[in-house]
Amino acid sequence: MSILTINNLKVHYPIRGGLFRRKIDVVRAVDGLSLELQRGETYGLVGESGSGKSTTGRSIIGLEEITEGEITFEGQNLSELRYRDRKEYYKDIQMVFQDPYSSLNPKKRVKDLIAEPIRNFENRSKEEELKRVQELLEIVGLSPEVTYKYPHEFSGGQKQRLGVARALALNPKLIIADEPVSALDVSVQAQVLNFMKKIQKDLNLTFIFISHDLGVVRHMCDRIGIMYNGRFVEEGTAEDVYENPQHIYTKRLVAAIPDIDPENRKEQAAFRRQVKEEYKETEHNYFDENGSVFDLKPVTDTHYVALP
Amino acid sequence: MKYQLESKEVMSMTENALLSATNVKTSFRIGDDYYAAVDGVTLTVNNNEVVAIVGESGSGKSALAFSILGLHDRFKTNLEGEIYLNGTDLTSVSTGKLNQIRGKDIGMIFQDPLTALNPLKTIGDQIVETLNLHTKLTAKEKYERSIHLLKEVGIPRAENVHQQFPHELSGGMRQRVVIAIAIACDPALLIADEPTTALDATIQSQILDLLNELKEEKDAGIILITHDLGVVAEMADRVAVMYAGQIVELADVFSLFRNPLHPYTRSLLSSVPSVKDEKEMLHVIEGVVPSLPKMPRQGCRFKDRIPWMEDNVHEEHPELREVENGHYVRCTCYKHFYFPEEEEELAHVDTNY
Repeated sequence: MSILTINNLKVHYPIRGGLFRRKIDVVRAVDGLSLELQRGETYGLVGESGSGKSTTGRSIIGLEEITEGEITFEGQNLSELRYRDRKEYYKDIQMVFQDPYSSLNPKKRVKDLIAEPIRNFENRSKEEELKRVQELLEIVGLSPEVTYKYPHEFSGGQKQRLGVARALALNPKLIIADEPVSALDVSVQAQVLNFMKKIQKDLNLTFIFISHDLGVVRHMCDRIGIMYNGRFVEEGTAEDVYENPQHIYTKRLVAAIPDIDPENRKEQAAFRRQVKEEYKETEHNYFDENGSVFDLKPVTDTHYVALP
Repeated sequence: MKYQLESKEVMSMTENALLSATNVKTSFRIGDDYYAAVDGVTLTVNNNEVVAIVGESGSGKSALAFSILGLHDRFKTNLEGEIYLNGTDLTSVSTGKLNQIRGKDIGMIFQDPLTALNPLKTIGDQIVETLNLHTKLTAKEKYERSIHLLKEVGIPRAENVHQQFPHELSGGMRQRVVIAIAIACDPALLIADEPTTALDATIQSQILDLLNELKEEKDAGIILITHDLGVVAEMADRVAVMYAGQIVELADVFSLFRNPLHPYTRSLLSSVPSVKDEKEMLHVIEGVVPSLPKMPRQGCRFKDRIPWMEDNVHEEHPELREVENGHYVRCTCYKHFYFPEEEEELAHVDTNY
């Protein structure tokens, strides 16, 4: 059984103006997105800024008001439940934020930062709580000595580990990582990515990995969904998307990835120009008259593309 | 043919380079002491050449760029060495003269376009500001010039954008505006400090194309500061890898990627997740770049981050030596360097969660 199913999710923000701040228009941040997630897999949500990938992540853990659609987690439709009942499920879904520098309260010690979710959901004595915090620190590869330190005493990679430790505090089943390495240096990035792969294997976690870095996504994810204007343009396994992109938008995105080998520079530039030409010529075939994306159609068993 | 190119390059390096920095040492005051963030860097940039400076944060690459422009606080920094731009020593000229050079002879593209632009002024005014300082054009000519610049960096509807404010534009557009300002007076040298780090992949490739065009058409020299090795591979002609304030490896881009020598360069290259080849785990460089006061000043500065290497492979006073034509490496440890087999980093992680 799939752990998470999203059915036709829509998140619209009202634009208010005019007399009495009436609703004059809406921004369609997410506009009809469906997704099914199997236990233990890593799903990559890719797109440029403004494509709605973060909004999707945030609405899964209930940080956004859903306009339409259903989010089903382990067989339970979350949008049907009252907030009080939903809380139970939110224990199992946790989030790791983009910027470790601003997602940790600088006035709190490590112990209090990590214990916060435990205090919210579980009744533990002080000793039990401390024990759990130190267990978590060990899982993320930090020594128990750091328990009483403050966030500024850590490096970027270590801070991101604290963010992960906090997300792990309640034994979640699903972790949503919103650009977890974008703010980090390459060497630190490698550290955090390795470590996330490792805990996923050990704890059988399901990940939603939101990123605009296609290299990182390729490294981490089993399946990938490419988003544009709040909808999927293409969905498939990493190979489907990278080796055999079908939608023109995906092609352009894949072509834009810098090649690490300078010897291929000329071919890469030529290829990019060619894709750009193709984009100009055939763009209208891939979008309807309002410029929005078509519904996904299967190409192979795993590969779906938004075609007319 | 490639060999000929390289030898020509070496010739021009020694003769008339656009920018030649010799033994630049920039020290910041912390407490009562000065600590060198850039420690003896020698670098040349020629016309029509992109020199990339690569390194982690804290390796001194931005500090070097700011030294060239003289943007450091003069009361808190100590700048030694010589920086010649077309025969003028930038380290010894007055602030007034330096103001004439900045923006005219040297253009700077900053990392974050939102903080580099004034939120209270229109885009047009900000471009004209540079023209006011450095040219004697009439108001009408300035307007036309600024429209022309906006078109040149690929902004559609330039007349409209001219009257807009920075917050009305997207990130990619803002970065284009910053580039338009930087190239307003056709600078001979362009310093781009992480110009695409904050941008999406497609916009990144457009900005890089734009920089390439500038290089070709205006014959400009570009210093490209970045930690993205993909960008380096696409753009650079020569690459300087910096660690802890020093250049540890300097080579043309082809030899650097074909045959990286210094352990730091090799570690950086193997820590990048690649789209092409699948590897389960990435290489992790142990530890962090040491903070300024704690930076080792003796011996190989990278030593602490490759602890599995024995001490005697390092030189006592590592120097940048030419090992191949145009390929310079610091310290002797590169000859013996190897990667440890398994990741000790994660070995102690508890598995019975």
